Amino acid sequence: MENGKYGIFGGQYVPEILMTAVHEVETAYERYKADPQFQAELGELMRDYAGRPSLLYYAEKMTRDLGGAKIYLKREDLNHTGSHKINNVLGQVLLAKKMGKTRVIAETGAGQHGVATATAAALMDMECEVFMGKEDTDRQALNVFRMELLGAKVHAVTTGTQTLKDAVNETMREWSRRVDDTLYVLGSVMGPHPFPMMVRDFQKVIGKEIKEQLKEKEGRLPDAVLACVGGGSNAMGAFYEFIPDTSVALIGCEAAGLGVETGKHAATIAKGKAGIFHGMKSLFCQDKDGQIEPVYSLSAGLDYPGIGPEHAHLAETGRASYVPVTDEEAVSAFEYLSRTEGIIPALESAHAVAHARKIAPGMSKDQIIVVNLSGRGDKDVAAIARYRGVELYE
Amino acid sequence: MNDLRYERISKAFDHGKAFIPFITGGDPSLEVTERLLIAMEEAGADLIEIGLPFSDPIAEGEVIQEATYRALAAGCTTDGLFDMIKKARETVQIPLVLLTYINSIFSYGKETFMQRCVECGVDGLIVPDMPFEEKDEVMGVSRKYGVAIISLIAPTSKERIKAIARDAQGFIYVVSSLGVTGVRSEITTNVEEMTEMVRQVTDVPCAIGFGISRPEQAARMARVSDGAIVGSAIVRIIGEYGEECVPAVAAYVEEMKEAVMQV
Repeated sequence: MENGKYGIFGGQYVPEILMTAVHEVETAYERYKADPQFQAELGELMRDYAGRPSLLYYAEKMTRDLGGAKIYLKREDLNHTGSHKINNVLGQVLLAKKMGKTRVIAETGAGQHGVATATAAALMDMECEVFMGKEDTDRQALNVFRMELLGAKVHAVTTGTQTLKDAVNETMREWSRRVDDTLYVLGSVMGPHPFPMMVRDFQKVIGKEIKEQLKEKEGRLPDAVLACVGGGSNAMGAFYEFIPDTSVALIGCEAAGLGVETGKHAATIAKGKAGIFHGMKSLFCQDKDGQIEPVYSLSAGLDYPGIGPEHAHLAETGRASYVPVTDEEAVSAFEYLSRTEGIIPALESAHAVAHARKIAPGMSKDQIIVVNLSGRGDKDVAAIARYRGVELYE
Repeated sequence: MNDLRYERISKAFDHGKAFIPFITGGDPSLEVTERLLIAMEEAGADLIEIGLPFSDPIAEGEVIQEATYRALAAGCTTDGLFDMIKKARETVQIPLVLLTYINSIFSYGKETFMQRCVECGVDGLIVPDMPFEEKDEVMGVSRKYGVAIISLIAPTSKERIKAIARDAQGFIYVVSSLGVTGVRSEITTNVEEMTEMVRQVTDVPCAIGFGISRPEQAARMARVSDGAIVGSAIVRIIGEYGEECVPAVAAYVEEMKEAVMQV
C-alpha cells in the first residue's frame, strides 16, 4: 500500500477545500500511531470502557445442528454501544482530541456509528453533530433520541435519496464549511486516504483477538472468517490479521436485498463497477453515466452503494471472496441464532450468520468457521416484527 | 507556463475583467440550456461553465443540488449534454468549460470523454473532486486532446497555492469562501492574498467564484482578480422562471458584466 492506494483502488478524491484537512489527519495519524502514550490511552479505553477483548464463543448448539464445521462467534455485539463501531470512534475521537479539535461530525445510516460517535464525544468532551438521512431518522427514531441523550445534535438530511450516501455527502459539505476545529469521524473503511487505513487499523483488533483466542482454544488458525460488508469496517477488522495466512478463507457477506437480479440490493461487489466517489476509487453501484444508484437492504447498516477500497482490492486479487445474502436469508438467520444460541444478532451480522448456515454443513467436523458478530440486534427487533407482519405497540 | 493550446480560454480574459456564468446542463431542459448559452454570450458572458449533472454533487450547495436533480429528472445524460453543446457551437464562439465530477468522466471512459469534448467544442474541464494530488487521473489523456483542466484553489490551500498555480491550465478558479457553492451576503476571505500568491508564479488568469450574487460583489472580486464566476444566483433565476428563464438570465448577465467592466 502506497499513498493510500490498494492496487488501483483508494486515493484522495476530495475537493481542494478539504485537502489541507485530509493531510492534517494523515500527518496526525502517522504521528500518533507511533506514539506509545496514544496507544496506551487507546488501549485503556478499549479495555475499560469498550469492554475489550470481546469474547470468542463456541456456538456448540449451532455447530451440532448444522452438522459440519465448528462455529465460533466473535462477540463484537458485547462491546459498549453494542457493536464494533466503538473501536473506530474511540480511536478517531481520541485522535481529534490530540489534534486540538473541539468538535466532531459524523454520518450515520441506522444510527450505530452515530450513537458510537456521540458516546465517545460525550466521554471526551467534544461537541458532536451527526448527519442522518431523513428516511433513516424516521425509521430509527429511537437512535436519534439516543444520540440526543448523549448530547449530540442530529441533522436530518433531506437531499437526494435521504439515506446513508446523502448523509455522507452532507457531512463532507459540513466539513468543508468548518475545518479548523472539526474532525470528520468517518464510520467505515471508506472515504479519502487516510480514513480507509486508519479505520482498518482501529478495527484490526478484532482479527488479532480472534487469532489469539482461537489459538488458545483450538491451537490453530480458522479455516474461514465470515463478516458482513456494507462499507466494510467490521469485515476489514476481522480479515486484516489473516491476509498473510492464505489457508484462511476470508468471506464478506453483501446485502442482496430482494435478490441481486431484482435491482433492489446493495451488493456492490456482485453488481457494482469501478468508479470514483466519496473520496475514493472503488466499486460502486452506478448506472452507465456513472450516476450513483439508490441501493436497498432491509438492514440499514449495509445500505450503501460503495465499498471500502481495500475490499475492492481483496476481491480483485481473489484474496477474499464476497457472497450475496438476501433479506429473507438474513432474517431467517436472525431468528435462527436467537432460538439456537439465545443471541439476537444485528440484522447486518445476520448476513454472515446466514452464510455460515449455508457452508458449515458441507465442511468437515475438524474445520473451523469464525463468524464476526459485529453487533447486537435489539435495534432491529421492530423491523423484524414488521417484516414478519407483526404490529408492535410500545 | 500556459500551454498555447489553452489560450482560447485565457483569451476570454482579454477584454477587461471577465464575467463567467455557470448553469446546470439540462435544467430545466437541454433545449433551454442551449438557448441560455446563446443568450448569455450575447449578453456579454466571456466564458460559460456548464455543469454536467451528477447524482451526488458534494461541492454544491442547495440551489445547484436542486438544479442537478431537476436536470436528471428531466432526463439529461452525458451524451445528451455533449450533443446539445455541439449544436450550440454552431452559434456560440466563447470558450465553454464543463464542470463535471470525476466519476462522470471515469465511467464514460476518459479517452472517449476527451474525444467528445474536442468534437463538441468543450475547451476545458473543472473537476471539483479531483485535487492536485490526483490530477494524473485524467491529465495524461486531457493533455493529449488539448482539453484544459482548470485548477481550483481554496481559502484552505495556503502553501499549496503555488504548486497548483505552477501547473495551471486556462484559468485558475479561486474559491472565495469555505463550504459549498451558494449565495453569501458577505465574503470575508482575504482573496487578494490568494491571487497575489498565484501572481508570483504564473500569469494564468484568476477568476473568483463561490458566494457572488450582486453586481457590487462581482465588481469587488473582479478588482482583485481577472474575473468573477456566478452560479447559484443564475441557477436560482432558472429555477424560478423555468422554461421562461432566458430573458431574465440574459438581463442579469448583462448587468453583472457591466459591473465587472467598470472595475
